Amino acid sequence: MKKPNTQPLSLRVPEPSGRPGDAPDFSHLKLDAPGAVERPAVSTAPFDMRDHAFRLVRVLDDEGQAVGPWNPKLDAETLRRGLKAMILTRAFDDRMHRAHRQGKTSFYMKCTGEEAIAVAQGMILSREDMGFPTYRQQGLLIARGYPLVDMMNQIYSNAADPIKGRQLPIMYSSKEYGFFTISGNLGTQYPQAVGWAMASAVRGDDRIAITWIGDGSTAESDFHSALTFAAVYRAPVILNIVNNQWAISSFMGIAGGLETTFASKAIGYGLPALRVDGNDFLAVWAATQWAEERARTNQGATVIELFTYRGAPHSTSDDPSRYRPGDEHEKWPLGDPIARLKQHLIALGEWSDEQQKAAEDEAVEQVRAAGRESEAIGTLGQSRPSVKTMFEDVYATEDWRLVEQRREVGV
Amino acid sequence: MSEQHTFTESDRRDGVEPDMADVARHEPASTADARPAVQPMNMIQALNSALDAKMAEDPTVLSFGEDAGYFGGVFRVTDQLQQKHGLTRSFDAPISETGIVGAAIGMATYGLRPCVEIQFADYIYPAYDQIVSEAAKIRYRSAGGFTVPLTIRSPYGGGIFGGQTHSQSPESLFTHIAGLKVVIPSNPYDAKGLLTASIEDDDPVVFFEPKRLYNGPFDGWHEKPVSPWKAQALAQVPTGKYVEPLGKARVMKEGADVTVLAWGTMVWVSLAGAEHAGVDAEVIDLRSLVPLDIEAIEASVKKTGRCVIVHEAPKTSGYGAELSALVQERCFYHLEAPIARVTGWDTPYPHAFEWEYFPGPERVAEALKATMKGGR
Repeated sequence: MKKPNTQPLSLRVPEPSGRPGDAPDFSHLKLDAPGAVERPAVSTAPFDMRDHAFRLVRVLDDEGQAVGPWNPKLDAETLRRGLKAMILTRAFDDRMHRAHRQGKTSFYMKCTGEEAIAVAQGMILSREDMGFPTYRQQGLLIARGYPLVDMMNQIYSNAADPIKGRQLPIMYSSKEYGFFTISGNLGTQYPQAVGWAMASAVRGDDRIAITWIGDGSTAESDFHSALTFAAVYRAPVILNIVNNQWAISSFMGIAGGLETTFASKAIGYGLPALRVDGNDFLAVWAATQWAEERARTNQGATVIELFTYRGAPHSTSDDPSRYRPGDEHEKWPLGDPIARLKQHLIALGEWSDEQQKAAEDEAVEQVRAAGRESEAIGTLGQSRPSVKTMFEDVYATEDWRLVEQRREVGV
Repeated sequence: MSEQHTFTESDRRDGVEPDMADVARHEPASTADARPAVQPMNMIQALNSALDAKMAEDPTVLSFGEDAGYFGGVFRVTDQLQQKHGLTRSFDAPISETGIVGAAIGMATYGLRPCVEIQFADYIYPAYDQIVSEAAKIRYRSAGGFTVPLTIRSPYGGGIFGGQTHSQSPESLFTHIAGLKVVIPSNPYDAKGLLTASIEDDDPVVFFEPKRLYNGPFDGWHEKPVSPWKAQALAQVPTGKYVEPLGKARVMKEGADVTVLAWGTMVWVSLAGAEHAGVDAEVIDLRSLVPLDIEAIEASVKKTGRCVIVHEAPKTSGYGAELSALVQERCFYHLEAPIARVTGWDTPYPHAFEWEYFPGPERVAEALKATMKGGR
């Protein structure tokens, strides 16, 4: 027998708090005060720290002071290195974004507003560990001193491109720098990072893995498979969710972000979760160190939600003015990671506006020098690897089909 | 080269085991000297023996999959590996093909040689993205910086009343992908040698095991008693490690009139079909679809002037279409009849109509006879 409804069923489709023309509205965000969240012992059972999935670890306050139990108490030199790497990352992004506008390449993706994440984490882990990044962790390569000119050569697919013109711009790959080859298919790196970490454990080695995924891609099955495997085998891996609020044009609510926090997904898998201000270099540092210690002491994986805001368009192919309020980024209540670390260093008496200006100029000059070098080799279409290389690296050795097809091309 | 692998009709019919010196001749020189002991094995035992020997030799080899650890797999292929090689080298995996293959890719890029089991080929699709977009492409997209020496084992094929979720033959979904190798043995001797080669290969290999052949060389005469492997020469398997190279076909039966290209269960069905038709067919077991032994195919079709392709998978866009195109491109002026395909139908695999769907020896025989008359 049909059961009558008291009212007709209706479908809810989540909508963001603002669209183009609206004033940005972040009143729904529940932000803990800096220093307010306790720091559990690294050995805490996931169940006993489940509240952390709904809190927000913050260290820097509005005056630029480092406060509370998560203060990593970094020395000034480390802070300056971090700041400079973030400045350089932003300068690199600006130049390559412009290079795209000038027709020098086909595509680019900036990480504006998210620089603290990859830079801090790239500094904490070593090159012997492996990072399984998305396309917005260029700061990891830059923090580790990867040659800017090689990044540009990749972006231009020129004759000196380390990956031989095989990939879309910014899909870097460097085993030497602990940077796994980026895939354009979202989420695939997550179970791979878990497997890599499992391999280190199988072999009794001491290397750990770290990976990133966007808030939108947590809806992919790879994410859930990875968390299951990470929990089951207690894999030494750090599982970051970079919640930058926007997956191209879809706000985080389309991935389930209105129902619960992304960090809280970890609870169902029995993994510890930390939810962290991703624009706070010190908070990112402290949470990552906590997760690193857990992984290195055989206590398994940690999920870290890095709460941030995607300041730039998704890519050069995207126009956010079509789907979100124009000044959302300026109004982001957690500020800008570079400005906040700068403020902190100045508050410590370890930095000045003059030094900031000099560092920014130096970064621009460094990028410009690398740009000259790379463009001398060639921008997209001006220079490229030999066509013969198109048939290489499909397999360890070419089979007869590839030999025949290469001859057909005449190379 | 292919002639070395000839397995003659008379051996098969009389149940005569070939001199094991013939088998030894196929081995690489380095292991031939060791003259390993040989014993009859079914395909499950041969695959198990391959894993066991390889894991004993190489500590970077490990095996995991759903029910593949303690219990040893639903088909028992990984039986006792955990007990012999330890919990961290042979273990059970969550029911997540995406996770199994994704994690295995990560392990392979670390430097291990994982050999994972997908319980049925029909279950492989959740892992398709990881296989196609990742395993197959990582060497290329990183310009050799990262490589994926991964083997994905999976029972495939019909003839077991498995219905549509336990009978499929999805090989052409993988042969189409640049960067993958696709290997399918038809007998215990090849199963062990080819699995060993797949694990040692530095690229990802999809290794399909014709599950209807696990316990005997099923030839499609489903109402006749099943014959066991032990009567077969190709079930005499060295207990030590050996390698059968990928990309080399095996001529199962020499013949003058028509070339039959087959793999997996269809190799035995084709032999039975040729016998039923009374046609002097040359039956070639491709063994590896990618890389493909194009030389063996070309030499045979140029000799016979006729070609019949037999596979279980549906006809449309099946690997037979690729083979047909290759034969046409390379042997057109030698062909005396249109190339024929005997395949599964373009329907899902139906439970109640197992033997109407399964391409049996009678359908093969009809195709052979029609081809001998110049086409249907």
